[in-house]
Amino acid sequence: MTDAIIKTENLRFAYDAESRNVLDGIDLEIARGSFVAILGHNGSGKSTLAKTFNGILLPTEGRVLVNGSDTADPEKLIDVRRTVGMVFQNPDNQIVASVVEDDVAFAPENLGVAPAEIRARVDNALRRVGMYDFRLHAPHLLSGGQKQRVAIAGVLAMEPECIVMDEPTAMLDPIGRREVLEAVRSLRRGRGMTVVLITHHMEECVYADRLIVMSEGKIAMDGTPKEVFPRVEELLSLGLAAPETVALLHSLNARGFALPLDALSVNECADVIAKALGRREGSSLPGGKIQ
Amino acid sequence: MLKNITLGQYFPGDSVVHRLDPRTKLLWLAGYITALFLANNAWAYALMLAVLIGESAAASIRPKTLLSGMKPLMFIVVFTAVVNLFYGTGEPLLKIWVFTVTADGIRRSVFMVLRILLLVCGAFLLTYTTSPLALTDGLERLLGPLKKLRVPVSELAMMMSIALRFIPTLIEETDKIMNAQRSRGANFDTGKLTERAKALVPLLVPLFVGSFRRADELATAMECRCYVPGGNRTRMKVLKFARRDVLALALCAAMLAAVVLLRRV
Repeated sequence: MTDAIIKTENLRFAYDAESRNVLDGIDLEIARGSFVAILGHNGSGKSTLAKTFNGILLPTEGRVLVNGSDTADPEKLIDVRRTVGMVFQNPDNQIVASVVEDDVAFAPENLGVAPAEIRARVDNALRRVGMYDFRLHAPHLLSGGQKQRVAIAGVLAMEPECIVMDEPTAMLDPIGRREVLEAVRSLRRGRGMTVVLITHHMEECVYADRLIVMSEGKIAMDGTPKEVFPRVEELLSLGLAAPETVALLHSLNARGFALPLDALSVNECADVIAKALGRREGSSLPGGKIQ
Repeated sequence: MLKNITLGQYFPGDSVVHRLDPRTKLLWLAGYITALFLANNAWAYALMLAVLIGESAAASIRPKTLLSGMKPLMFIVVFTAVVNLFYGTGEPLLKIWVFTVTADGIRRSVFMVLRILLLVCGAFLLTYTTSPLALTDGLERLLGPLKKLRVPVSELAMMMSIALRFIPTLIEETDKIMNAQRSRGANFDTGKLTERAKALVPLLVPLFVGSFRRADELATAMECRCYVPGGNRTRMKVLKFARRDVLALALCAAMLAAVVLLRRV
């Protein structure tokens, strides 16, 4: 791969000298414009990895390059941070201002952008996450999903080339989750923003171009969702479960079927089962109309 | 029970006072307080009262709203009134045990109460008509010259606006912890004062620990958004003095002059 926006070379990280390496030799290239999901159980090092992408944590060994700049170089730090924006788990703890639009303006204000340009960026960012109508609201009166979208807008206003999201839906209810994922997918449309999504929800990874599974500070699996998810036993041994559709097909196979496991959407899954049952493809199997 | 804290509340609106530059309003308040302390007779106090009434009318804030904010301060007001009552000199009008009430004492007491009332209401008018953010912004600009003396004005203003931003969040969290502790048998509402104070410990400890975690996460998020303390920040909303600001400041100067003149009456 030549056009990598983020590149790690033999990245190792330990929180202090005595403790074990949380990241243990990671070589990774994230292609510009791609949508990469990073999966892993708690303590697998996935959040730590995310924090090395914009220099919040610096490698103990090895290095991280963003557009070719070393994140450990203090001169390049601001450049690195404006290139790779980051959204965290708890929306409450990343909103700085008492009014939505003032919060979104925070990053460009820090960068010394001219007032008129800030205004334009803020309006644009809020529109992209569908929060423009809430621009004058107080953040604490918004729902979790709305707050998280404001946090995403706050990063977008920085005009980054890549957004890293560290479990952005972990604290949200199902509706909030759907809102945020919808916002993430709309970022991908048009401008081709690079998105790195850290999560432990399988369903959120289905739309990713590439899926990386972390375990014990190492990359355990790497491939497209269709390549990774059918490896059900391997996922289970890493403390993860396959998406519901794959799990269903897998358990059917355990009972004597021989179905392909790479059906990730409900419709695909229904088609596969319908075919196996000898019906016409896309027939009116119950559940086939969902989504 | 924690939801009805009104101190420093902001009522959004579109009155002339709302639209004034926050710097103008801060200077106005400073002028008003100075005038209050210069006022030494009934005429001057009457003027100050009239100014306040005019101001609240211009801000379309009802006097009732203004006075309801005074409730928590009633004790201080009454206490001041009573103490001042006995501090007068001159011919005693009334004698109760060792306390004497004089005409001078009554006068003092009335003026003192008026002074406190007007002072607090004046300050309330500022916070009622100015968003906390505009307020910190205005303060930052007004104190701007102190940056030359290495006073970290911008950082202080940032701290203030973050503190304001987190008040509702922390209140919500306090409520949550209280309910969690209540559901496990904690009692915050009855018992002796010492017991109630003790009951607060299991409330304050998680609140403190939680706040530190929040602060840490917030600091990381701010760094991710390129915040550099002492950096050259720009602002989306630029404060601009309009003609009404000049007019307001002229009125403020006139009020000060009038009070100084009235001192001689």
